Amino acid sequence: MAQAHDAPLATPLADRHQALGARIVEFGGWLMPVQYSGILEEHRAVRARAGLFDLSHMGELFVEGPEAAASLGYALTTDPASLKVGRAQYSMICFPDGGILDDLIVYRLTDERYLVVANASNAGAVSDALAERLAGFSVVLDDRSLATALVAIQGPRAAGVLAPLTDVALDGLRYYSIAEGHVAGVAALVARTGYTGEDGFEIFVDVAGAGRIWDVLIETGESAGVVPVGLGARDTLRLEAGMPLYGNELGPDTTPFEAGLGRVVNLEKAGDFVGRAALAKARADGPRRQLVGLVVRGRGIARQGYDVFAGDRRTGVVTSGTLSPTLGEPIAMAYVTPSDAEPGTILAVGVRDQRVPAEVVPLPFYKRPA
Amino acid sequence: MAIVPQDLRYTKEHEWIRVERDLATVGITDYAAGQLGDIVFVELPEVGRKVEQFAAVGVIESVKAVSDLFAPVGGEVVETNAELASRPELLNSEPFGAGWMIRIRISDSGQLSKLLGPATYEELTREA
Repeated sequence: MAQAHDAPLATPLADRHQALGARIVEFGGWLMPVQYSGILEEHRAVRARAGLFDLSHMGELFVEGPEAAASLGYALTTDPASLKVGRAQYSMICFPDGGILDDLIVYRLTDERYLVVANASNAGAVSDALAERLAGFSVVLDDRSLATALVAIQGPRAAGVLAPLTDVALDGLRYYSIAEGHVAGVAALVARTGYTGEDGFEIFVDVAGAGRIWDVLIETGESAGVVPVGLGARDTLRLEAGMPLYGNELGPDTTPFEAGLGRVVNLEKAGDFVGRAALAKARADGPRRQLVGLVVRGRGIARQGYDVFAGDRRTGVVTSGTLSPTLGEPIAMAYVTPSDAEPGTILAVGVRDQRVPAEVVPLPFYKRPA
Repeated sequence: MAIVPQDLRYTKEHEWIRVERDLATVGITDYAAGQLGDIVFVELPEVGRKVEQFAAVGVIESVKAVSDLFAPVGGEVVETNAELASRPELLNSEPFGAGWMIRIRISDSGQLSKLLGPATYEELTREA
């Protein structure tokens, strides 16, 4: 059961981050490293080599039983029953009115056992919602968020660094797949998923084993130029990769369609699911606003909350923005009126008292080389 | 620990000022740059602009945040550091040297008494 905590929680790797001189901030109820050597350096390291992330603040919810697939099909917008064992899908859990409660990754571990990974800030809410929605199905919900650590290694060198340390055959592990095995001798689930736009792996392990896996990856990764990476660079990496962040692009007042993620709403699956009627209507009506990518074409950085204009008319608002370390230009995601969402459209962002031109571009801003 | 040169004066908003006769050279401190993280964009006032003591006269943007530059003393902006347009990272690497930001011709040197000495400023950064 989800519990309320007054003081922020420390991950099992807190002492490692301290020793590395990380700047620690509170995020989603946890004390997390926001940067070690600096956001730009860490970002570039992930794109060029690989970075190591402590993501132990995320929520890990196991769903097991004869009706695991059916129960998740009712609770979520996707159809986890369609997943083959060992495969994963990006999904959402919506409110009855079609608003987004959280975005998730669902992994099928066996025919009857799934792992649902939720954002740290929503882990409690997702746990509560699943408990409610799964009631009546022959299934057990096991919220192991506080018992599970998550270490991710992301970047072009990730596979090369991890392969000798694990008995999971990485060559055979496709993108959006998961396998059970060992890393550095510690029992773990190894998933080929990530939030950076690079190849990489997310390693789920009981909290007691997290330290060993982190230490071994840091040590053996050193010669390959692997560095620890904080939440600051995690944000710039995912933004370049065009990936939404709950609290910025996604929230209770947003439908998946507005965020360009209609593909996660499976209205064709059998049976009812929470939000079906509202989402069917939203799909039929068409979105009132649309998420776009913007590249700022003048001097100024677009940031969350800044207004977006089409001529003199306010057309929307920036949801995320930064100076893109890879592009060297300011990039942003924004919600705008659908008629202003065509790539190539020149809009303007209100930066303090100036209107700075910004061009609508297709997402993502960055795609890793083939 | 952030560097705090002993021959400069400081503001509560983490600017430093070097005074030579009626000319003040201004920047942000090593502590401030460290707090901001990687600085990626700097907006400076135009040469010729008259500024008031402690007014916001410029903007410093890091990857994650926006911060104002406050004038430590009133007067006229007579020079700005053109390097910062292409190399904003100088604020992180050389905040007291090549990362200087603006020069002000001081209109009232009595205002300098409102600034902090190095010991007081250092205390301020420790408490933060």
